[in-house]
Formats: sequence, C-alpha cells, structure tokens
Amino acid sequence: MKNNKVIQVEGLTKMFGDFTAVNAITFDVEKGEIFGFLGANGAGKTTAMKMLIGISNPTAGKASVAGFDVFTNAEDIKKNIGYMSQKFALYDDLTVKENSMFFGGIYGLSRKRIKEKSDALIEELGLEKVASKLVGALPLGWKQKLSFSVSLIHDPKIVFLDEPTGGVDPITRRQFWEMIYKTANQGTTVFVTTHYMDEAEYCDRVSIMVNGKIEALDTPKNLKEQFKVANMNDVFLKLARSPSPALPKGKGAERKNTFQN
Amino acid sequence: MSITVSNISKSYKKVKALQNISFEVKEGELFGLIGPDGAGKTTLFRILTTLLIADKGIATVAGFDVVADYKKIRNSVGYMPGKFSLYQDLTVEENLNFFATIFGTTIEQNYELIREIYVQIEPFKNRRAGKLSGGMKQKLALCCALIHKPKVLFLDEPTTGVDPVSRKEFWEMLKRLQQKGITILVSTPYMDEATLCDRIALIQDGEILEIDTPEAIVKHFPKQLYNIRATNMYQLINSLNAYEFNYSVYPFGEFVHYTDSRIDFKPKELKVYLESKNLSNIEIKKTKATIEDTFMELAK
Repeated sequence: MKNNKVIQVEGLTKMFGDFTAVNAITFDVEKGEIFGFLGANGAGKTTAMKMLIGISNPTAGKASVAGFDVFTNAEDIKKNIGYMSQKFALYDDLTVKENSMFFGGIYGLSRKRIKEKSDALIEELGLEKVASKLVGALPLGWKQKLSFSVSLIHDPKIVFLDEPTGGVDPITRRQFWEMIYKTANQGTTVFVTTHYMDEAEYCDRVSIMVNGKIEALDTPKNLKEQFKVANMNDVFLKLARSPSPALPKGKGAERKNTFQN
Repeated sequence: MSITVSNISKSYKKVKALQNISFEVKEGELFGLIGPDGAGKTTLFRILTTLLIADKGIATVAGFDVVADYKKIRNSVGYMPGKFSLYQDLTVEENLNFFATIFGTTIEQNYELIREIYVQIEPFKNRRAGKLSGGMKQKLALCCALIHKPKVLFLDEPTTGVDPVSRKEFWEMLKRLQQKGITILVSTPYMDEATLCDRIALIQDGEILEIDTPEAIVKHFPKQLYNIRATNMYQLINSLNAYEFNYSVYPFGEFVHYTDSRIDFKPKELKVYLESKNLSNIEIKKTKATIEDTFMELAK
C-alpha cells in the first residue's frame, strides 16, 4: 500500500433492498489531487460520497479514507476529513467568527489554535469588517468561501465538496476554484462534485458515474481524446446519455429513476 | 407585448431586491433572466405572477395589470417556482387533477399540451409526489403549470442542481412548448443556457446589466479575449494575476481567459514572461467571448 493514496476504494457497493445504488466502484485518489466526482442526478454520487465520509455503511467492498477503514473506523474518518455541501453550510444566526470558532471546537482544536485559525481564516478571506456580523446577512458567494475555509479549519488530509458552487455568481465561482487550487497545492486532497462542466476541466482527474458504476476515470484531456470530443460537457453527454450495458432493464431501471435523487 | 415591466423596484427592509427594472417580452418569445442567486430573479417572478406587490413601477402580463387585474393573470399564466411546491402527499395523478380542477378544466381537455412530458412520468402516476426523484418532480411541476393551457409560462430556475443531460432535455421541452405559441420567461444561474433563449436580460444585485439577443450581447464584449494554457494551471493563474498589464484573468475550463490592459498587446511578450515563471507548454490563442465573459465584465 502506497501511503500517498488518501482514498482507496475497491469494489465498493451499496444496496437498498434489491436495488444497487453503488455498484462495485474501484478507484484511488492521491495526496494533493483535485478529483472530480461527476454523474447525472440519481447516478449514485451522493450514496458513494456518504460511504466515503463515514456516514453510511457499505454493503460490500473495501474502502479507506485518510488511512482509515470505512467499515471499522468511520469515526476516525470524520475527524480527519473536511466536508462542505451547498445545502448545509454554516449557522446563519452565528457570526462569521462564532462559526469558525464553533467548528474549531467541534474538531477538538485547542483554544489557542482555534483563535489562531479563525483569525487567519478571516484575514485570508478579507472578512475583518464583517467578522462580527451574522453569517445569514452575507452574500451567498462569501458564505460559500467562508464555509470552505471552515471545512479546512482542522487541517484535514482531504476535503469533500458537494456541489460547492451551485447558484454562485461566475466571478465568485472562479475565486472559489482558486481557493481549491491553493488548497490542493498545499497538499490537501480535494474531492469535488459539480454540475458545471467547465469546472470538470479544472480537476486533475475526473470520474463519471452512470447508474451506480464508474464508467470513465481519467484526466479531462484523456477523456476528451478517448471520446473524441472538444469539451467535458460533450464527454458527459455521450456517457450519461447512452444506456449502460450493465443497466438493469425494466423494473430495476424504473426503481432507479424513482428513488434516487 | 406579452409581458411589460416598467421601472419596477422592490425592497425588503434595507435590501434592494429590484432597482428600476424595465423590459418587455414579445408574444411567443423565450426570454431568459440570467443571474446568480440573490440577483432578484425570484422577486421579479413573484411580482409578475401577482404573489408580491412592487414598491414602485408598473407591470402587465398578457395585457393585464399585475395589481388591478391579478385574478385574470392567475387564470392565464403558469408558474413553476424554484422550490418544489406541489402536494407531496398527493400522487402524481392527484396533483395534476387538482390543478386542472381549480382552473376549471380537465386533464383530458389539455392532454395534448402535456402529453410529451407526462408520458415520462405516467408509469408512476400512483406514486406520491414526495417520493419522486428530482427530475420527475420537475416534470410533474411543469405539467401542473401547463394543465390550464396558459398564455405565459413562468419558470424560476427549473434546471438548478440538475445534471447536464437532464438540463439539455428540459430545454428541448421548452423549445417545443414555445413552438406551441406559449410565451416563456425562464430564469437560470447557468450562463451556458443563455444561448438557448431568444433574448436575455443579465441581472445582478437587483439591476439589469444588459438586455439583448445572446449573439448581440457577446459582440459587445469590449476587449480581445485570449485562451491561455500551460502545464500547471494553478501556477499559470498566479503568474497571470501577478502580471502588471493584465485586465482580467479568469479560469475557463481547460484555459484561462485573459484580456490585457494595453491596446498594443503582444502575446509573444506575455509568453516570454510566463516562461520566466517556469511555465511550460504555453499556448496563447485568440478566442471569442461567451455570455459568461460578458457577464463578468459587466459585473466587475
């Protein structure tokens, strides 16, 4: 086992009753890599991500995240990763500073470290003037940038970002990606999902899930060559539109469409 | 004119949600409101669908005033809000029946209009709406908004959070509805969808930045834009940001979109500079601006 692999997944599977949401996926993610995790709505991305962050038990397979096994050390995974989603960001009725101190506390940082970290974070984002304002009053773009910084407050080895830029204006979206580059450049692995296909191009490698399986995994450049198209949007359309040969026909396919979001 | 908006303003306490907005939508037009969250798109939709009263200004929909004739408007428009607003504990069919009934019609009467969309969810007609997937909910909501054969259709961010495949299909559906003579006002935060509209308004912080056809809007981009690529993207962005003559530097897919502040910009000079920053495989090529480039320039 090479120790520069921060995520190792082999044959990871999740079943709900007789429905296979995630079907034996296998991949590795390296230290400092920006890994794009793409797929259509209902392809199984969220289910897969839940297993990797230790909040859902896999049905079968193997996976380790930040060096911990998802079956036996789920609690350790939670301590050693950062997580940010579009839906749950921060507490709107706490101030910028209170939010960062709260999350520092949750992750068990010392008082001194919490103060250092939240001061540094506020300075880096240029939020000094609004540090004692309620987060709810901030524009969405600021919230998302703050939320990302807070998810890194305990210096995790890997950060999971679930559609971090949905609905964000185009300039802020780019500032957000500059933060992602910076984070990865400092050695933190970034695992990110997005529906913006231009963002897929920013990733070092991209996987595309179709009906519970990883149907493609490579650098954006190689994927475009492989599918003989000009951009990642076309790669996605080609893959996600063509029915997978492994897709269960009839009942299974219907269940997929019905229950998955 | 199908929709006229004239100097509409709306504030919530201190927040100016809309500031002096004016535009018109022609009959049968597919008109897009393009802007990020918080731009004021939903407020405008709520004013036009008579659910909210503006502080200032006049607006008409299908020839009726949004304040004086609000009841007539409600009968002649369909509205699909951004948030799923159907009855979660009614089935697919019950929801559709409910909306048909309150508008004094039946599913059978206007089935032709929704047929193409409804057949995709018909296999699940006995399933409760709350148990449907995102894509299915979206299709049901569209059916419910269409069941009384509206003249004008309002769609507030119908594709937000939807994957590229489903987004493409949704826009194909809209195009076909437009061919049936329905005027459509649609909002989206996805700039690439702007090119699918007849005309668009770019909106940010309650103000309209520009209104025109997508083709005309990109022509207004004031500078020559360049695609730049090099081996290390992060280093490339940092180096360009540090370059004293840059005017704008935005990552854009596999390239960085760059404009220079000088009129006599020579790409070769920039290449030399980037090489001095230890970047390799540098490529600098002219490219055309997109709606997103124009939006960022206007919002700067």
